[in-house]
Amino acid sequence: MKQGKGLLEVKGLRVAVAGNEILKGVDLTIRDGEVHAIMGPNGSGKSTLAQVLAGHPAYTVLAGTAKYEGKDLLDMKPEERARAGVFLAFQYPVEIRGITNSYFLRSALNALRRERGEAELDPIDFLQFLEQKLRAIGWDDSMMNRPVNEGFSGGEKKRNEILQLAVLEPRLAILDETDSGLDIDALKTVAETVNKLRAPNRSFLIVTHYQRLLNYITPDVVHVLADGRIVKSGGPELAHELEAKGYDWLRDAAMVS
Amino acid sequence: MTSIEAHVQQPYKYGFVTDIESEVVPAGLNEDVIRLISAKKGEPEWMLEWRLKAYRNWLKMSEPHWPNVKYGPIDYQAISYYAAPKQRPKLDSLDQVDPKLVQTFEKLGIPIEEQKRLTGVAVDAVFDSVSVATTFQAELAKYGVIFMPISQAIREHADLVQKYLGTVVPHNDNFFAALNTAVFTDGSFVYVPKGVRCPLELSTYFRINASSTGQFERTLIIADEGSHVSYLEGCSAPMRDENQLHAAVVELIALDNAQIKYSTIQNWYPGDDEGKGGIYNFVTKRGKCAGRNAKISWTQVETGSAITWKYPGCILQGDNSIGEFYSVAVTSHKQQADTGTKMIHLGKNTRSTIVSKGISAGRGQNTYRGLVKIMKGAEGARNYSQCDSMLIGDKCGAHTFPYIDVRNSTAIMEHEASTSKIGEDQIFYLRQRGLSAEDAVSMIVNGFCKEVFKELPMEFAVEATRLLGISLEGSVG
Repeated sequence: MKQGKGLLEVKGLRVAVAGNEILKGVDLTIRDGEVHAIMGPNGSGKSTLAQVLAGHPAYTVLAGTAKYEGKDLLDMKPEERARAGVFLAFQYPVEIRGITNSYFLRSALNALRRERGEAELDPIDFLQFLEQKLRAIGWDDSMMNRPVNEGFSGGEKKRNEILQLAVLEPRLAILDETDSGLDIDALKTVAETVNKLRAPNRSFLIVTHYQRLLNYITPDVVHVLADGRIVKSGGPELAHELEAKGYDWLRDAAMVS
Repeated sequence: MTSIEAHVQQPYKYGFVTDIESEVVPAGLNEDVIRLISAKKGEPEWMLEWRLKAYRNWLKMSEPHWPNVKYGPIDYQAISYYAAPKQRPKLDSLDQVDPKLVQTFEKLGIPIEEQKRLTGVAVDAVFDSVSVATTFQAELAKYGVIFMPISQAIREHADLVQKYLGTVVPHNDNFFAALNTAVFTDGSFVYVPKGVRCPLELSTYFRINASSTGQFERTLIIADEGSHVSYLEGCSAPMRDENQLHAAVVELIALDNAQIKYSTIQNWYPGDDEGKGGIYNFVTKRGKCAGRNAKISWTQVETGSAITWKYPGCILQGDNSIGEFYSVAVTSHKQQADTGTKMIHLGKNTRSTIVSKGISAGRGQNTYRGLVKIMKGAEGARNYSQCDSMLIGDKCGAHTFPYIDVRNSTAIMEHEASTSKIGEDQIFYLRQRGLSAEDAVSMIVNGFCKEVFKELPMEFAVEATRLLGISLEGSVG
């Protein structure tokens, strides 16, 4: 593991939704360029962690801190976090009727560019920019003129999230169960794309229930979340261990601790 | 949801009053008032007789209470039926229009001064009961297109007016149409001759200014064989505590192979948060495809008025004629809208399309009411209807009343309906991509209305989206 200051530093984070405490004290540090995987059984709080880092208003922070680039992440609005480079690939992407993917992506990109003091892209410049991004990840533009996620299959929606990731070029990309509902070919495509997007100034937090995505994306660190706490952290081999043994032995460990 | 609702319920931006000396006829309605209006307009006898016939019918009619809206009784004797700014301008010289009126329309984004006019759009500006300016009349005359205040047309083109006025909406059609026929003051008249494609967009802007008055305008558009015309109306009114009545009648006639596109951006004062004040918008709009292959298309964006009661319809008389209705109706605060269309299929192979988008926010109540009637002789008629409702918040309502009456077994009818709610998850998704909450709502509403907005003339699509507080940047075309 690299040393140095964390891009994201989470300390003692406790989070409730609808009055139920889901995260019960999470500590997590992600440095520049690192890929972290969060694994855990259903209901352990994985998605809650992803959502609360992105700022979903349904979650209440009870205690703890989260610093991003040294700033108080929890004090920022969702759009401020996005503009600062935090990207969440949603587990359940929503549909937006009547708005093309292309228009949506350009609006999002221009919001980010405004924040960085860069000139906004007009439709023609954007098209060129997009072509170049698509070429880099080896994708075509077949999804661009369809309404955002409308009529998309489950797999297409997930791919669309990764496409947005590629265009918006975040510093911290959080993938919330991007692998769920993907067949093996789609899973490989998504994983290959993520691998291409790995960069020294880009970190990933990959939330997944199954180990199979990690066959294609090798993480730097694997964490196991159980009952709202990180109960174990280790290298990529931890994911294989979990695949073999399941989660129960760790859940028991959590009860003891 | 509060930020979403706050965004939708923006303050009314057109609520100013123009301080101008007006001539207002004392409140009350009787035959003398009608004679006075007719005399002020310098009308021929037949017109006065028609008004009086309508008035006598109206006295026997009762106000309709079947719409899904609630309001207190209207005192028709408390309304003044004629208000006009003094120093009536001479219409042959726009330079002589009172500067206060010029400023008023400029403030509303409707410049009528020669050097500032909207390019490609001829405008008739109606202030209370009179037309104060009509631009590009000479230019249009070169093509034989007549575009003038209806009061002028009654004097100068009596043959055309007499031939068509009241043929689509008879003087006793309904309570409000009868009232309009008795007391209508101004509005626009359009005639497009055979084979002419009108070179400009035609537009009328209606402004109510005086208090305790109603506006009763009348519009008549005739597209002769093979002609095309696109017409747009806009409107607004000052913010007042009282309710003001607006009861208009619009008649469209399309002859063989003619096409009329009629667009409305309705932004009458909607009343305040508590539902105090606002315009009662009770209008009758109907088009007749009198000839073969004729086409009439209604597009409306209804954002204003305390109450809207409006069903722009098409009588598809000519074989192969086409009727279309595209609507966005927004109700927020305590606004109520009961709006939709009537498609009456008489001719063979007639087709109609209905796309209605209702958006309810605040404590708004939005009702779609539509009738599709296929008469016995309408062999091979087709209708497609789509009614979508969107709810913003949990105190508003959406209602749909589609009526279908089919008397010919060859008819093909399709009806689709949906109701959706702007949810926190949708907003969050867009904010997570860097858009502000306001832009997120705008994008969702804009996408929802897209099928209707794309029917508007380009110049007005921008206006319509701006009205909904929507940035249209890049999504047109």
